[in-house]
Amino acid sequence: MMTVLLMAAEPVATTASSGGISGADVIGFLRDLITVISLAGGLFFVLAGTIGVIRLPDFYTRLHAAGMTDTLGAELILFALIVQSDSWQVIAKLLLVAFFLFVTSPTATHAVAHAAYRAGEKPKLGPWRAPSIEDEG
Amino acid sequence: MRDPMPYIMLAATLVLIIAMVLMLTRLIGGPSLYDRLLAVNSFGTKTVLFLCVFCFIIDRPDGIDIALLYALMNFIATIAVLKFFNYRALTVDLRDVADQEDGS
Repeated sequence: MMTVLLMAAEPVATTASSGGISGADVIGFLRDLITVISLAGGLFFVLAGTIGVIRLPDFYTRLHAAGMTDTLGAELILFALIVQSDSWQVIAKLLLVAFFLFVTSPTATHAVAHAAYRAGEKPKLGPWRAPSIEDEG
Repeated sequence: MRDPMPYIMLAATLVLIIAMVLMLTRLIGGPSLYDRLLAVNSFGTKTVLFLCVFCFIIDRPDGIDIALLYALMNFIATIAVLKFFNYRALTVDLRDVADQEDGS
């Protein structure tokens, strides 16, 4: 949506007659700024998820860290690429990739968690005891 | 004045490669099968991101199709491996499975 607005504003931007900054320069700078901010946020989330997968003590906590942060980080990085791209075909392909990752990543996370729970993978319990498989009526 | 955008993308790919290598450590040393499967799934997502950013670096956006295919194959491979380790077979009659499961 942001890209649509920026690309629609491009033909309107005329070069300044007095040798100043043209409108196209401002549009390009804004696009680069949005791209850099989104890329930094996405890379932060991806790295945080990876460090969580390495350092957390339990399988389910690792799964939570990986699933959540990979989904959000991937969406932010793909949004940065969408802002940076020029042609409509590339925007359509990137939107397809983003939608597919947004649908399949939580699905795969849920499938892995359910399979581990059915196979009897025990979580490390704290002071509050989680319900086990035998407690299910 | 040169365009700084490819260098920013290059730094992003380097960070993604670091994340992938860290995820490979969990894949090698994971205690259980499901840890390794989670690591493979997350590694696939990071690979898709790496392919997209790399196609922007070399200014040839055709490779995003490859990224899309890899995302599809990653999801299907995860589901297939889970099903195989649940039922010890890839062709399962789901009516027999529903008879074996008491609730849940």
